[in-house]
Amino acid sequence: MSLEIILRSGLSTGTILLFAAIGEILTELSGVQNLGVEGMMLLGAMAAFKTSLLTGSPWLGLLAGIAAGGLLSLAHALVTIHFQADQVVSGLSLTFLGTGLALVLGEGLSGQNAPLIPNASIPLLSNIPILGRVFFSDLNVLVFLGYLLIPFSWWYINKTRPGMHLRAVGEKPAAADSLGINVYGVRYLYTFVGGCLAGLAGASISIAISPGWYSNLTTSGQGWIAVALVIFAQWNPLRAALGGYLFGMLRRFMLDLQGPMLIFGLRNPFFYNHNLVFFLQMMPFLLTIIALVWGSASARRQRIGAPGALAVPYIRGERR
Amino acid sequence: MSFSFARFIPYKLHIQKRTDEVSRWLPLATSVGAIVLAFLISALILLLIGGDPIRTFGYFFNAAFGSWGALSDVVVKATPLLLIGLGCGLAFRMRLWNIGAEGQFYIGAFFASLVPLVPLVNMETTPKFVILLIMGLLGMLGGGLYGLIPGWLKAKFQVSEIISTLMLNYVAVFFNNYWIYSKFSDAGFQMTPMFPKSAWLPRLADYARQVKAFSGITLHLGVVFGLVAAVIIWVIITRSRWGYEINLIGDNPQAARYAGIDISRNIILVFMLSGALAGLAGMSEVSGVVHRLQERISTNYGFSGVIVAWLSKLNPFATILVSFLFGALIVAGREIQPSGLYFFIQGMILFLVISSDVLLHYKIELVRAAPEERK
Amino acid sequence: MTITSKEQTNAVEMRDIVLRFPGVLANDHVNFTLRRGEIHALLGENGAGKSTLMNILAGIYKPESGTILVNGERAVFNSPKDAINRGIGMVHQHFMLVPTQTVTENILLGLNDPGFIMHLPRYDQKVADLAEKYGLKVQPTAKIWQLSVGEQQRVEILKTLYRGAEILILDEPTAVLAPQEIQELMETMRLMVQQGKSIVFISHKLNEVKRVADRLTVLRKGKVTADGIGLENITKETLAELMVGRKVLFQLNKNPHAPGDVVLDVQNVSALNNRGLPALKNVSFQLRKGEILGIAGIAGNGQSELAEVITGLRACQGNILVNCKQVANQSPKRAIEQGTAHIPEDRTGVGTAPGMALTGNMIMKSYDHAPISQKWRISYTAAREFASNLKEKYNIQAPSLSTQVNKLSGGNLQKVILAREISCGPTLIVAVQPTRGLDVGAIEGIQNLLLEQREKDAAVLLISEELDELLDLSDRIAVIFEGELAGIFPTEEADVKTIGLLMTGELRRQE
Repeated sequence: MSLEIILRSGLSTGTILLFAAIGEILTELSGVQNLGVEGMMLLGAMAAFKTSLLTGSPWLGLLAGIAAGGLLSLAHALVTIHFQADQVVSGLSLTFLGTGLALVLGEGLSGQNAPLIPNASIPLLSNIPILGRVFFSDLNVLVFLGYLLIPFSWWYINKTRPGMHLRAVGEKPAAADSLGINVYGVRYLYTFVGGCLAGLAGASISIAISPGWYSNLTTSGQGWIAVALVIFAQWNPLRAALGGYLFGMLRRFMLDLQGPMLIFGLRNPFFYNHNLVFFLQMMPFLLTIIALVWGSASARRQRIGAPGALAVPYIRGERR
Repeated sequence: MSFSFARFIPYKLHIQKRTDEVSRWLPLATSVGAIVLAFLISALILLLIGGDPIRTFGYFFNAAFGSWGALSDVVVKATPLLLIGLGCGLAFRMRLWNIGAEGQFYIGAFFASLVPLVPLVNMETTPKFVILLIMGLLGMLGGGLYGLIPGWLKAKFQVSEIISTLMLNYVAVFFNNYWIYSKFSDAGFQMTPMFPKSAWLPRLADYARQVKAFSGITLHLGVVFGLVAAVIIWVIITRSRWGYEINLIGDNPQAARYAGIDISRNIILVFMLSGALAGLAGMSEVSGVVHRLQERISTNYGFSGVIVAWLSKLNPFATILVSFLFGALIVAGREIQPSGLYFFIQGMILFLVISSDVLLHYKIELVRAAPEERK
Repeated sequence: MTITSKEQTNAVEMRDIVLRFPGVLANDHVNFTLRRGEIHALLGENGAGKSTLMNILAGIYKPESGTILVNGERAVFNSPKDAINRGIGMVHQHFMLVPTQTVTENILLGLNDPGFIMHLPRYDQKVADLAEKYGLKVQPTAKIWQLSVGEQQRVEILKTLYRGAEILILDEPTAVLAPQEIQELMETMRLMVQQGKSIVFISHKLNEVKRVADRLTVLRKGKVTADGIGLENITKETLAELMVGRKVLFQLNKNPHAPGDVVLDVQNVSALNNRGLPALKNVSFQLRKGEILGIAGIAGNGQSELAEVITGLRACQGNILVNCKQVANQSPKRAIEQGTAHIPEDRTGVGTAPGMALTGNMIMKSYDHAPISQKWRISYTAAREFASNLKEKYNIQAPSLSTQVNKLSGGNLQKVILAREISCGPTLIVAVQPTRGLDVGAIEGIQNLLLEQREKDAAVLLISEELDELLDLSDRIAVIFEGELAGIFPTEEADVKTIGLLMTGELRRQE
């Protein structure tokens, strides 16, 4: 069990979570709640894997995964923005749809090997002692993409005009509409972007970080953890990324706990009684709940919170 | 809001928010329409991947309705869906999204299984109905306690119940597995030994000696639990004080607070009842169908139950019908390849139902366009 | 500046405007003309169609038929942006501001400059300069939720000026202002007109209109009853008749009535608002049977919180006794048991359950005792009878008892709430903005109802933004400012000027 391995593993698996979480942050900042992330991730994972397998190019696979997530999210957008259906139920139905579609179209893919997105090392930075080895050498290309996405998304949301419009639409759409901002358009756009990022997250599982297709075990709940991360992160991409990386580290740590006979000189209970591993497997999910509790309480203390118009359909000039 | 094709056709589509009340048949019609459309789309997908939809759906029908045995299978599959659908429906009335029925089901099954597995009572001498009664109560207790957790988290910390219940689903399965593998199974298999007959819910097949036709029919007492529960829930919603409070909270929590209703208490109570019903479904499965505790008891009953609840528009009696429909889907689904199609159809149905709900809120008419607009 | 030349094009001309909403004809072939450089008042009761007409001009609604001319040229607005491009700016009654963003950010919303990267300090300065030019004091870097209502209104006005609006529409701007602020607003309007702007001023308050308008148009039930008339020789009575369609007698049946024992005793009550800031600071007063105590104050000074602590909807420190029983920090049921009736500010928020039927809403306070409920059951037959009686008695217009309440008009909704609350024979009535948004007939009815209850020895706590209403109905008036009672005295001794000063905190007076 080495800290370096845990850190690097955390960076890798955390990247998956942060793609999905930042995507959902963008969607929710515009006022739309998309709970279909798990379905979109799985669909993206399948599409990426299948495309990579069939075409031999993992990059095409990546594009396919992104597109799959984006397309599915458009269905959610249509139903919730134009038809004003309940956003929770719509998101859930899309989880089923996405999962079902992924399973159907992914028949026969298990056990195959598709070309993968490669690892890489960043030229100068990987030579920095210690830090360079951990953060910049021999990690998947997508991890580096994640590094770029984090500050970019924060900057975009807080320091640019489109970001300001995005926040206004999610906070008080009537204000944005009265000044000529296309509320529906903005919501469609960011729901789509969120879906694309969810698809990207799925692709990063199947053709990059945990390669392979294992039907619905491919994502095994990570989409939901990403949604919870959004609340924990208080809609801040920096916090979401931090949470994602921490989560990844924790998972690796749990895995490592099962191996050695001794931990810190004491008998390792997980080694001697293999069934106790089930409790370890519970941990990510229990931790998510704890993170939620902590996130909700801290939000109430600071009096920040969800975008004002989250999950509320917008109708221009609605009369009371 | 109007869409005008005025330049080409002298009509336009006029979409307007409804102010009058909707005819009672419209929600039913839209649900039915959605289901039909879902099947059509699935047929299309089947075609696309090289299957034969007509044959497949022919199998479908035969598998579900072709014989008494098949019908009995449908009811058996429908039973847990009915119980879960009722529980979720009640929670949804209060806008509590209990997606954790799956976990509550497993924990209920676990608690109920403790009776024959520990064993908690002497399985030979105790009368059968006492054993089953205790198992049923423990099933409800287990599910209820497991529902208490997300309920309490929501009431006290405003934690989103969608995520907490989903997380707890995974936890429940692992919990169950631990006990099966480590304590209760023969030599580490993923299932426990079979329960003694005294822990089995009575089935029609048990009376095969008296009535020849019943031989091999696996329909068990669990369905009665479901029907009784439907009636009880209906009475609660339409005739009781508590039902009024639940409806009020679901419609406008602020008004409910103002009327002096304790919302936190009701969140917890409703979640517990919802969980208890799911737990009872778990008991009914282990005692009436599989007769043992195993790693996989549920074919996603928890999630299908959510869809059943929504499709029945939260009406207890409609839940009975819809759960039978979905039971038929499951039975026939065993025949259909690929297996993911079952998930897909369910998702499609739900998606189309909520899309069609738009018709309940908006009136769409074809209206003659006024001449001056044709420019 | 009066326009005498007939060749001068009008700033705005609206001809033959028709707009229908489900169930109501909001604008019925309306004609409206705004001359350049004038302040034109648009008058009418609530629901007459004035906001609707101006929303059409602002591009929010599209008329079914009719034409709009801006500066003599035809204009078709498909969205608010089109109207803004033609120089029309609207300040809405309910502000369209993003609470979590700053003043400058709100003003810059929707514009093309700055293009992508937001370097705010330069624009903060621009905003400050503009504000100075028109005498509107505001701090550009403040977040909207930190501002007072009057300051928020100034931001709204700045928004339109920044976009080069030449035609301004102000929708009921004085509703949220104290008397002095109203004076300031009127001076600002005159300043803007001097700079060449043209203003439409929507109101239902006759006396204000007389102070500032050049011409006026009156709408009644979607039709124009007075088209651009001058204000010489107009009396309050003529205007009222134009608005309502019949002779309105400004008469209330207020008889002298001696107050009895103390019903409500508020002792040193302090409370926080939703943002965690102090909303009530050490408030104490008493209210007696058969007495109406009016609470005057600008919105946001603690009135809502006061009503909430008394009715058990908000926690507080201190004591609140109703009939000598403690109701502070208890469930709302406790206050209800002591005979408290609450007519809330927010009819669709707290007051009713919009998706439920009339019956379900009527029994909200009485569902848990006989005859409507026995033990755990509810008898909907008894409930329907109860609801039916009330519907008739209060003349509530609704298709049936099972109509969903969100389909009712504002006036009928308020009647439902009143019927429900008053039918229990309350000892204490907490009424918050009871006549807001209602037409003259409904207002009169409700005011008389409150007076009736007063004669039946109920104690009424009346919180209202309409000073006239308070002066007409109350026996005593208190002024609330920043969570404290700035003064409390009998109505006979009250004068508008002093109350105005108390409302804005420029004067503090002890009882």
